[in-house]
Amino acid sequence: MEFSTFLWTTFGAFVTLATFSFLYKDNPFYKFAEHLVVGVSAGYFVIILWHNGLEPNLFQRLDDGSWYFLWLDSSRPWYLIPSLLGVMMWTRFSKNYSWVSRWPMALYIGIATGIAIPLEMANRVNKQLYATMSTIDWANFLGHGHFNLLDTASGLSQLLIFAGVISALVYFFFSKAHTGVFGGIATFGIWILMIGFGASFGFTVMARISLFINRVQYLDQNWIQNAFNTANENYSAWFQVVFWLIVLLIAGYIVRELVTYHKTKSKTT
Amino acid sequence: MYFFDKLMKLDRRWIFLFLVLVCVITYVIPFQIPTLMEPEVKVIYDFIDSLPPGEIVMVAIDYDPNNMAELHPMTYTIVEHCWRKNLKVLITSLSQNGPGMADQALRDLSDSLRLDRTYNGKLFKGREIVRGVDYCFLGYKPYFALVILGMGQDFRLPFPNDYYGSPLDSLPMMQGVYNYDDVACVVDISGGNITDYWISYGQNRFNFPLALGLTGVMTAQYYPFLGSGQVFGIMGGLLGASQYEELADNPGLAKDGMRVQLYAHMVIIVFIVVGNVGFFMDRRKRKFQQEAR
Repeated sequence: MEFSTFLWTTFGAFVTLATFSFLYKDNPFYKFAEHLVVGVSAGYFVIILWHNGLEPNLFQRLDDGSWYFLWLDSSRPWYLIPSLLGVMMWTRFSKNYSWVSRWPMALYIGIATGIAIPLEMANRVNKQLYATMSTIDWANFLGHGHFNLLDTASGLSQLLIFAGVISALVYFFFSKAHTGVFGGIATFGIWILMIGFGASFGFTVMARISLFINRVQYLDQNWIQNAFNTANENYSAWFQVVFWLIVLLIAGYIVRELVTYHKTKSKTT
Repeated sequence: MYFFDKLMKLDRRWIFLFLVLVCVITYVIPFQIPTLMEPEVKVIYDFIDSLPPGEIVMVAIDYDPNNMAELHPMTYTIVEHCWRKNLKVLITSLSQNGPGMADQALRDLSDSLRLDRTYNGKLFKGREIVRGVDYCFLGYKPYFALVILGMGQDFRLPFPNDYYGSPLDSLPMMQGVYNYDDVACVVDISGGNITDYWISYGQNRFNFPLALGLTGVMTAQYYPFLGSGQVFGIMGGLLGASQYEELADNPGLAKDGMRVQLYAHMVIIVFIVVGNVGFFMDRRKRKFQQEAR
């Protein structure tokens, strides 16, 4: 690894630690990291959109025309229509002409709805209904081949899915009091919903811990190991100087916080 | 009671610090934990493993750097598995911050494929990975719903050129490859709602085999699509990635992270149990105090 690459890696490590410092409390390092992420993402997105959207889809298709004829002399002048619709969107910033933006908006929503409704209906309603109403596999009720409660294709699972869907729907039916058998089914529905939320929560915990693990892996494998990797042919003492500077900065911040904490505590007591 | 009173007033930062210490200690100490296989991951591995050489697997790298921790290991292990099996990989990245990461992964994997490696007892000779022959990276285009629909007609419609600017017709791999009918399956590795579009606008409309690699947060939400047969496999979060790594005998960052996950989860479970016990003890104490009055 070259020293310039290591500097970027160190910057990555600094921003990582600055972000995690928010767990202690809001501070200038965190603010810096937060603003940097938002700024870089927005800037990167604009450039990506320009190079992958506007340039190939508009400018390259009109490039045989002349700007002083407003590209109307291009062999594909119809590409000016979507660009005009795009420009019309910007009229939202004018009080007097904001109504113009309704035209491209209406066209966009109309097309999106026309495409989405039949596909979403087939995908999220019909196919899910078919799956819920599938014939219960009585031959493999407790699992395929052997007893397996986690077999999602077993008859028991199919029965549970059916019962779970019905009872969860019953829970959201408020036109009848949740008492007696109806109340019992609704209570079973709550349990089904809670199991669903529990599964989501478990997966979310795993996701959050994964993010932390990834950062620990980065700090160790990309930063600390490279700071002390004397086998690196480009290695110099500067690698460690930069590393220890960051460590000193963090240590200094911790000491400052501790001193401030004790001063405030002694004042209040 | 005193213990639970203190517990209920415990500053949450002590919990963060404890969790950080557990994670760092378990990361530093090297040890292995067994990986249990789930059928929804194994079915993806088996599908790709059974494909004859020369078939095309489409991998959609639809995530941003904020989902890199969970999803990048999936990309690495699946693409490497495909290349070791002499399969061709067609890659898109419909998330705006994804192309850079996809490009990085392709360069890293091209380097590691030069080495001889043994997987599941079988030696795979190192070879040169050639752009346009072993893979084609289509890149990014905005409005993923329209891009997914467009690719169903012809990949050249949204992507006349690949990410590096070469016309698709000039790439040997893309000769005779027009749309989803010409790929064996699509593996969508996603950290957002692009997955919904791959299911609705892609699989639902064009009926190709679709597998999903998802972040942990999303996973539970997509299991109904597995049950209905709309997707044939799901890899959920870091666990899913580590299971694929285990199946492919290619341990990487995901498998390395799972031992930390184990202890972090144990700590969180203990905190949840202790917190709930403290809550109920506190409620009982208040009840007794009210009755005494």
